[in-house]
Amino acid sequence: MFEIVVITVIKVSVVMMAILTGCAYSTWLERKVLARMQNRVGPTYAGPFGLLQPVADGLKIIFKEDLVPKNAEKVMFALAPIVTFVPAILTFAVIPFGADRILFGHHVKMVISDLNIGVLWIFAVTSLGIYGIILAGWSSGSKYSLMGGLRASAQMISYEVSYGLSIIGVIILANTLSLTEIISKQSSDSIWFFENWYIWKQPLGFFLYLTCAIAETNRAPFDMAEAESELVAGYHTEYSSMRFSMFFIAEYANMLAVSSVGAVLFFGGWNGPVLPSILWFLIKVFLFMFFYIWLRATFPRFRYDQLMSFGWKVLFPLALLNTMVTAGFKMIK
Amino acid sequence: MTLDLVIFIISALTAIFGALMMIFQRNPVASVMYMILSLVSQAVLYMQLGALFIGAVLIIVYAGAILVLFLFVIMMLNLRQTEDMDSDSTPISKLAKFLVSGLLFLEMLFVVRGSYFQSSVETGLLSPQIDDFGSVESVAELLFTTYLYPFELTSILLLTAIVGAVVIARKPSNEDPVEILPFDSDDDEFKSAKAAE
Repeated sequence: MFEIVVITVIKVSVVMMAILTGCAYSTWLERKVLARMQNRVGPTYAGPFGLLQPVADGLKIIFKEDLVPKNAEKVMFALAPIVTFVPAILTFAVIPFGADRILFGHHVKMVISDLNIGVLWIFAVTSLGIYGIILAGWSSGSKYSLMGGLRASAQMISYEVSYGLSIIGVIILANTLSLTEIISKQSSDSIWFFENWYIWKQPLGFFLYLTCAIAETNRAPFDMAEAESELVAGYHTEYSSMRFSMFFIAEYANMLAVSSVGAVLFFGGWNGPVLPSILWFLIKVFLFMFFYIWLRATFPRFRYDQLMSFGWKVLFPLALLNTMVTAGFKMIK
Repeated sequence: MTLDLVIFIISALTAIFGALMMIFQRNPVASVMYMILSLVSQAVLYMQLGALFIGAVLIIVYAGAILVLFLFVIMMLNLRQTEDMDSDSTPISKLAKFLVSGLLFLEMLFVVRGSYFQSSVETGLLSPQIDDFGSVESVAELLFTTYLYPFELTSILLLTAIVGAVVIARKPSNEDPVEILPFDSDDDEFKSAKAAE
């Protein structure tokens, strides 16, 4: 009993540290990669290759003044960043990041909680993330925030439908909702170690997942919520200092979360030869993150009505079709 | 005191606190937030009983979807502090309020009493009635065997409601497209634009 509590507490702390570090260095990666793609050099002054830039940014933002607008609903205004931040972190509770190991004489599972409804947990937690954005938009008492918040929440609700349906294909194939089992079904001992990854059987599902995940995390080219050319900065226009940075960290934590889920569902999670399993997992997540940044450097922002009609008239029917075809094949087998 | 009991007490108290605060709040947005708090704590209780699926669905459907709609409606109507809630209440409406809430309270008492005498005496507070109650498999089996027809009928009902909502919300201009561009054959600019296309 005591042992389980201690192991869980250690796991939670390690994962928390990893997420926060990951978020910090995702911002560094984003600035560096964007700079390269735009023929610039990016941050260079703080540390070698600008590696200390996230630390410098963090320190700077802590010492900024924390402004609260006069029209704001004070309590909700303070609550919104926390409500955004917590679900972003909670997703990682069910994500397996490595094979089981023997550490100090204990058999340790490399996942905080091996829930047998892991996929549903992810949906549940993602759906709670909307509240932070709505509350931030509403409580700021500013028209730009309100518009940004309404847009973001409408977008997230619309894309959540296709997001959920895009995963159903994988669930039908794997016959389970547990992420650990989904990973173990994708393992393979042959030299083609990637032969059982679900991306080969679910290419359409993967495309849908990727598109919806970008929309869910409000990233470019679907970053309607913070379209700076029309809405200043969207729902976090009025936020400053640490409260703003909580939204910022939550955005990157959400990106890491959907990248991890994508790696688990479509790329076999930590499965891979030679290298340690945790490293394989990190490589896959890194590739997803790189793809995110690449997209941001490549595509212009969608218009809002284009975004909504794309979600409802293209992605949603495709997701339904994918579900039906997968279920049909499963029936025939 | 086991860990289970500690978690049960914390989440049960939070659920009750959230439910009470939801009623006593004057600010509708705060009410919704307290309701979410209450729902999430209830989901914890379900999960503790082993009904993981029901707990997750409670969060996905109620906290994640329905209450978002509540929040949208509240914000659209811009209901802030409602200053005087009793302004338009007549004796009859007051009586109706007390009658309905009294009935609901009685109903709740009966449910609590029934479940108390059935199970909790022998099996303790925290054990579910059936093994594997509320898991994905057991719910799916019931839905697709015993209750297949009610399930399918409900889905048709929901579909009808969705289609109905779309039809009502649709702008009449979509059904009967009106020519928006003023067509003027003498307009050279318009002609050249047409030719360019």
